[in-house]
Amino acid sequence: MSDSKELTAAQRADLRTVAAMIVPESSEYKVPGADDAAIQADMLATLGRDTALVVQALDHLAKLAGRPLAELDEARRDAVGQEFRSQGGAAAATLVRVVLQCYYRDDRVLRSLGLEPRAPFPKGHVLPDGDWSLLDPVKARGGTLRGASR
Amino acid sequence: MKNDPVDVLIIGAGASGAAVAWSLADTKMHILCLDQGGWMNPAEYPSTGRDWEAKFYGEWSSSPNIRKRPEDYPINDDNSPIKVVNFNAVGGSTVMYTAHWPRLHPSDFKVRTLDGVADDWPVDYDALTPFFEENDRMMGTSGLSGDPLSPLSHPPMPPQPLGLSGPLIGKAMNKLGWHWWPSDTTVATMDYEGRARCINLGHCTPACAQGAKSSTDITYWPHAIRAGVEVKTHCRVREILTNEHGMASGVVYHDKDGVEQFQPAEVVIVACNGVGTPRLLLNSVSGKFPNGLANSSGLVGKNLMFHPYAQIYGYVAEPTDSNRAPPTCLWSKEWYDTDLSRGFVRGYGVQFVRGAGPVFEAVVSEQKGILPWGKDHHRVFRKLNGHRLGFSAICEDLPEEHNRVTLDPVLKDGHGIPAPRIDYTISENSRKMMDHALARGREVLEAAGATDLCVNSPIPWGGWHLLGTARMGTDPARSVVNEWGRSHDVKNLFIVDGSIFVTSGGVNPTSTIQALALYIADQMKQRLANLFD
Repeated sequence: MSDSKELTAAQRADLRTVAAMIVPESSEYKVPGADDAAIQADMLATLGRDTALVVQALDHLAKLAGRPLAELDEARRDAVGQEFRSQGGAAAATLVRVVLQCYYRDDRVLRSLGLEPRAPFPKGHVLPDGDWSLLDPVKARGGTLRGASR
Repeated sequence: MKNDPVDVLIIGAGASGAAVAWSLADTKMHILCLDQGGWMNPAEYPSTGRDWEAKFYGEWSSSPNIRKRPEDYPINDDNSPIKVVNFNAVGGSTVMYTAHWPRLHPSDFKVRTLDGVADDWPVDYDALTPFFEENDRMMGTSGLSGDPLSPLSHPPMPPQPLGLSGPLIGKAMNKLGWHWWPSDTTVATMDYEGRARCINLGHCTPACAQGAKSSTDITYWPHAIRAGVEVKTHCRVREILTNEHGMASGVVYHDKDGVEQFQPAEVVIVACNGVGTPRLLLNSVSGKFPNGLANSSGLVGKNLMFHPYAQIYGYVAEPTDSNRAPPTCLWSKEWYDTDLSRGFVRGYGVQFVRGAGPVFEAVVSEQKGILPWGKDHHRVFRKLNGHRLGFSAICEDLPEEHNRVTLDPVLKDGHGIPAPRIDYTISENSRKMMDHALARGREVLEAAGATDLCVNSPIPWGGWHLLGTARMGTDPARSVVNEWGRSHDVKNLFIVDGSIFVTSGGVNPTSTIQALALYIADQMKQRLANLFD
C-alpha cells in the first residue's frame, strides 16, 4: 500500500479511468465525463482530508485490476469496478463521493441540469408562495390535542 | 492561573447557555460564559462558496468525529446505531440545525399519568408557556397560528412559502385525510430585529450566511453582551471544583493558548448538552464526589434519549424545491398521541423534507444503489435530481438507564480530557414506532406519486437531540436536578440544557430546551435571596 499523501502518476491515471466509469461523457446530454481535465484538476486540487482514503481506495483498485485500469478490456474493467464498489468500504465510498462532488459542481454540468453555476449566497432563490387553500380541508377536519390530564 | 471571581459562571454558549445568560443579565450580577468554541464568521459559511455541498462531508460535517475542528471533542459512539452530531461554537448546535421549531405538547409532561410509562415531569406546559412565548420573540419564529393538533403558538412572522414541494405533500396528506400544517421554524421570513429575511439559500443546516436562521450567536448573545454578560471563547472546561462545604467553587479550564486556569464562581450553570454535561460532571471527581459531581443518584449520564429518526423518501415527476429552500416547511402531528392499537406507546411527529442539492443527491443515490455508474448515469440522475420528497418521523425515545454516556477509558480530547462514550440501543417500542412511521410515510409518498422509495431507519448520523442524562425531578434518588434546575447534591450548581429532560416527546427539542432555561433563570431570580437554601 502506498503511504504517500500525494497521488502517483499511476494512481492519477486510475482515478481518471474510474471517474469515467462512474460518469462517462455524454453527447446526448452534452456533458463531459468525470475524466474531463478540468474536473480531474478540481479533484486533485481539493482532495485535502480525503487524500488518505482516496489513496487507499486507489491501491485497492490497482490490486484488483493487476495492471493500469485503462488497459483492461471493458468487461473486465466493469467487473473490477463492481468488486471495488461492493468490497471497498469507506475508502471506495470516499473516492466515489470525491468524483461526484467535483463533477456536480462543474459549470458545464450544472448548466446542463438547468442550474446556475454559483454559490447559493448572496443571490439565493425565489420560491413560489404556493396554494394556501390546500389547508382548508385540514382546518375543516379540525381535531383535538390531547391534554395534560386523562 | 486564578481569575477574579464572578457571580455566575455559565459553561456553554449554545441554545440554553445563551438564553439563561440573557435572562440573568437583568440581575446586574457579574456573569461570565466560557465556551470551547469561538465566534463564527458567516462570510466563511459553506453557502458562500461553490464547494458548499462538499464542505458538509468535511469541516462542516455535523459529526464532530468527522469534522475534527480544534473546538470539537471526539465521541466514542461505536456502540450506538445513532451517531452524535453537534456543533461547538458560540451559538452551539443552533449554528448547525434545521431550525424546525415545534414544542413539546402539554401531554408530554405527563407521560406516566397518561400512558403509565417513564415519569411525569416536575414542571408542566402551563408553567413554561410564558417562556415559550418569550423565547419565540427572542429567536424570531415564523409559522401559522391555528394548528388544531399543536400547542398554540403565535409566531411573530408569517410561515415559509409552500414552494413547489409543499403543495405536493399537502395534496397527498389531504387525499389520505391526515393532518399537516406549516411548521413553526426559526427562519426569519421577514426582516426581524436587525436580521435579514430568508432568501432561500437552501443550505440551512450547516449555518446560514444570510443570518435568517436563528442561532443564538445572532439572537440572544448580542443582547446579553450589551447587558454586560462576558463571553470567553476557546476555553474548554475540564472540571468543576468543589469546596469543603460541598459547594461548587469554580472551574478549571484550558484557555485559547492551552494554559490551565481556575475561574472561581458563586454559581455554576452547566449548559453543555446531553452528552457534554454528563461528560463534565463525570470528569469532576473528588473525595466528596467520587462518582462524579451531582451524581448521588447514579443517574448522571443515564437515560440518554436521541429520538430515532425513521426517514423515507422518494422521487416524483414534478419538480420539487430541492436545495432552493429551507429543508423543512411542513409538519404532521397525525400520529403524535398514544394509540395502543398501533402496537406501541407514545408517538411521533413528522417533518417533511423539500429535497436535496445535486452533490448530495448524487452521492446518496449512488450509495443507495439507485444511481448507476456508466452510460445510464445521466438519464437516471436527471430523474432523481430536483424531484425528491421526504418524510421523517421523530420517534419519541423513552428513558432507559442502559442508554448512557460514560467516560471512555482511552479516548481523550486535544487537552487530554477523557472523552464521552455512548452505549445506546433502540428499544422494541421505538422499533415498532419507526416501522409504523415508515409504513405511513410510504403511503404518503405513494399518494404523491413518488417512486424509487428509499429508507434510512434510523438515520445513522441523526443524533441531534441529546436528552435525559441529568434528569430533573423532585426525588433526589431518582433525578439529578430539582424542579427548577438546581442540583440536588450541590446547591449552587444548575443545569439548563437538554440533559434535564425527563422524557423526549416526539419533536425537535430546542424550543423546549430554551423555554426551560428561561424558566430556570426566572426561578433563580425569584429566589436570589435564598438561592442555596
